[in-house]
Amino acid sequence: MPWLRTAALSLNLHAGVHREPAHLGGLSGMVCEMIQRGAGQYSSRDLVAAQDNLGIDRNSGVSTTFVSFGAAMPSESLQDAISLYADIARNPHLPQDQLDDARMMAVQELRAMEDEPTHRVMRRLRELHYGELLGRSNYGTESGIQDITQDDIRDFYQTNYHATGGILSIAGKVDTAEVIDWAETAFGDWKTGEVQELPCPAGTAKYEHFESASSQTHIGFAFDAVPYSHPDYFKLRAGMGILSDGMSSRLFDRVREQRGLCYTVTASCHSLKNGGGVFGYAGTTPERAQETLDVTLREIESLLEDIETSELERWKVRIESGLIMEQQSSASRASSMASDFYQIGRPLTTIELETVIESLELDDIRKYWSANPPQDYRIVTLGPNPLTIPESSESTVV
Amino acid sequence: MPEFRETTLSNGLRVAAEIDGRGYSAAFGYFVRAGSRDEVDRESGLSHFLEHMMFKGTQRRSAADVNRELDELGGQSNAYTSEEQTVYYATVLPKFQERLIDLLTDMLSPTLDEHEFATERQVILEEIAKYEDQPPFGAFERAMEVHFGPRGLGRRILGTTESIKTMEATTMRDYFNRRYRPENIVLAASGNIDFDALVEQVEQLTQSWSQRPLVATPASDSPDSVPIGISLEPCIATPDAQQAYLVGISPGPSNTSDDRYAARALGSIMGDEGGSRLFWELIDSGRAEVATLWPHEFMDEGAWFTYMVCAPEDADSNRRLMQDIIQGTIDNGIKAEELKQTLSKATAGAIMQSERPSNRLFGIGSRWLTCGEYLSTDDALDCLRKITVEDVDKAAKKYLTTDVTEIIAVADNSSATS
Repeated sequence: MPWLRTAALSLNLHAGVHREPAHLGGLSGMVCEMIQRGAGQYSSRDLVAAQDNLGIDRNSGVSTTFVSFGAAMPSESLQDAISLYADIARNPHLPQDQLDDARMMAVQELRAMEDEPTHRVMRRLRELHYGELLGRSNYGTESGIQDITQDDIRDFYQTNYHATGGILSIAGKVDTAEVIDWAETAFGDWKTGEVQELPCPAGTAKYEHFESASSQTHIGFAFDAVPYSHPDYFKLRAGMGILSDGMSSRLFDRVREQRGLCYTVTASCHSLKNGGGVFGYAGTTPERAQETLDVTLREIESLLEDIETSELERWKVRIESGLIMEQQSSASRASSMASDFYQIGRPLTTIELETVIESLELDDIRKYWSANPPQDYRIVTLGPNPLTIPESSESTVV
Repeated sequence: MPEFRETTLSNGLRVAAEIDGRGYSAAFGYFVRAGSRDEVDRESGLSHFLEHMMFKGTQRRSAADVNRELDELGGQSNAYTSEEQTVYYATVLPKFQERLIDLLTDMLSPTLDEHEFATERQVILEEIAKYEDQPPFGAFERAMEVHFGPRGLGRRILGTTESIKTMEATTMRDYFNRRYRPENIVLAASGNIDFDALVEQVEQLTQSWSQRPLVATPASDSPDSVPIGISLEPCIATPDAQQAYLVGISPGPSNTSDDRYAARALGSIMGDEGGSRLFWELIDSGRAEVATLWPHEFMDEGAWFTYMVCAPEDADSNRRLMQDIIQGTIDNGIKAEELKQTLSKATAGAIMQSERPSNRLFGIGSRWLTCGEYLSTDDALDCLRKITVEDVDKAAKKYLTTDVTEIIAVADNSSATS
């Protein structure tokens, strides 16, 4: 991307939540924190100073599959940044005297998330959707975090931090040959290891309610859908675009704009390598919560009844504009390349993606949605009162 | 290098653009001098409510047309309201400039239809309820209300449930005619722009704007009363909350103060996430989830915020620790390497921001609206380079030594309220 002044890297290793023992929820996140508390020649503070002085805008965290590190910077800092992140991943000090600090930090984050009703609803929804094992929270559990020992940290690090299956993607104002040399020097002689498959999705249709004296009733819902790697994925995605991408999309228009039922209503696709789903959320005051749930699910279920070409065309323009605008950001390009690499084994070029999107027709959406109608809903609500699950969905909700 | 161009149309509307013909996108925004500080009690929340109503139809377009056309142009569009301005913006591919300007400009002449007004009122009430459930449970609004008083800069942007429930469309029409006058508005643009075509099109589309009826400024409210629905209690009871949320507020630099860059550097050295004085003592050690401070600039005044989130039982000890760190900075100043680190970070940040026209738009539009001034990325980088250790030390002595108003949102049975 020679038109930019920046470069970005995304480093992803198979050391995510699914590698945690069941009783140590939060271990992958704590290891991610601990490896950044000093590495190679750097102390914890030196690392931060080095990153700041290189002008690195950074983030790190765990997901179901990966531990991920993202860094965007002026392009002249890239070589030093690659070597810095190699130190973090390969030569961390894992200082025992900082274990309790890292533990407290994890507890703080967990408690803060408890105060976010939307997060509570969506976290439980994820467990119902993917099953207790695959759907575990990235934040862990308080008992898991409290039980983690220095040996657990070291064992998890030694077992899961290695080159096998790891993905380093780089985008921006870079010379490809040069970057490959730098990556080779930094990571070429790293040890290999074992990569385990994700547990199978084991979700069940279910409704759960958390009672709370909140101002709004927070509604989360999910149903099965194909993941990104599936040939039908963009047929699903186009239907979801018509439902919930943009201000003229059906949920925004018919739930919020026409009825004024809520401020936030949204639904989107989520993908793991071996399973996927549609996750949705709406927040509304308790007296209108039932109507909001009914109308939202009815809109999803009746998508095919009056679907129009103009809706599909609008979605196509939005996606295509987004792809062009992604050319302005090395960070988002690096991150989508890494995601493609994991999901389908190679990065999709912008032109390939445009071709796939452009070729979609209404009939493709009809075929996918008729063959895979939304069903087996997982529904979670938080608020003063539980809701009644609409009849059309009830037969499949336990 | 991007080129800056500006002009004032015959009706008084100002246009300001940073043009870079190499860009993949073009960003446009109308910046209107209409914010919560411009409202009186019975108008509380109107600037923001009106922002929503701009999407609800014009003489030429229904509400559905507006949303549909915005989506057809494929960009990212939205609007926001602050204490001092309301902004309507969109980023699109350059080929859509003319269509987008036609749409955005038309949106700024809303019909303010009664039926749409009634429906949208419900959406605003939902928005208020949504924020009531979210940390820090209104603590920032309360801090502004107590520090500035519940009017002017202290007036809450969304209004209150009471003010929105009783709002009338005629009040909104009057407010619209009073604030949405061409001399109160800037059209800003950045990226791959055709400036001449932009000016010609907007000149023609906004001719009627100067004919909006003149409306008298409403009388000020009695300063002895508190607006309906407003409380000035420093403690907000949040029954289910696990954490305590502490917000402090005191005076800070305005957006025309000479020391605002030094103040921002001080905020970064003291409060940045991921490596600052407060971070190392309070976050890295796991004592608090959040511990930070920063200056917030308004046109003629400023605020200095501190924010801490931690377990209720640790609030007192953490508060003391935070005060010690602040006092240490006032007494002993900052170190040269801290300033160097902060400036490296800020410089890289400015360069990264400059790659996206949508990021540049807000700085250009706000600055032109409030100060009639343009700062290029290179100008901003120059200002950063000039900051000295002495400047930052002076800012610490000036801004960190004043009395702080503290608001705490916490479960009501907690020890942190004692």
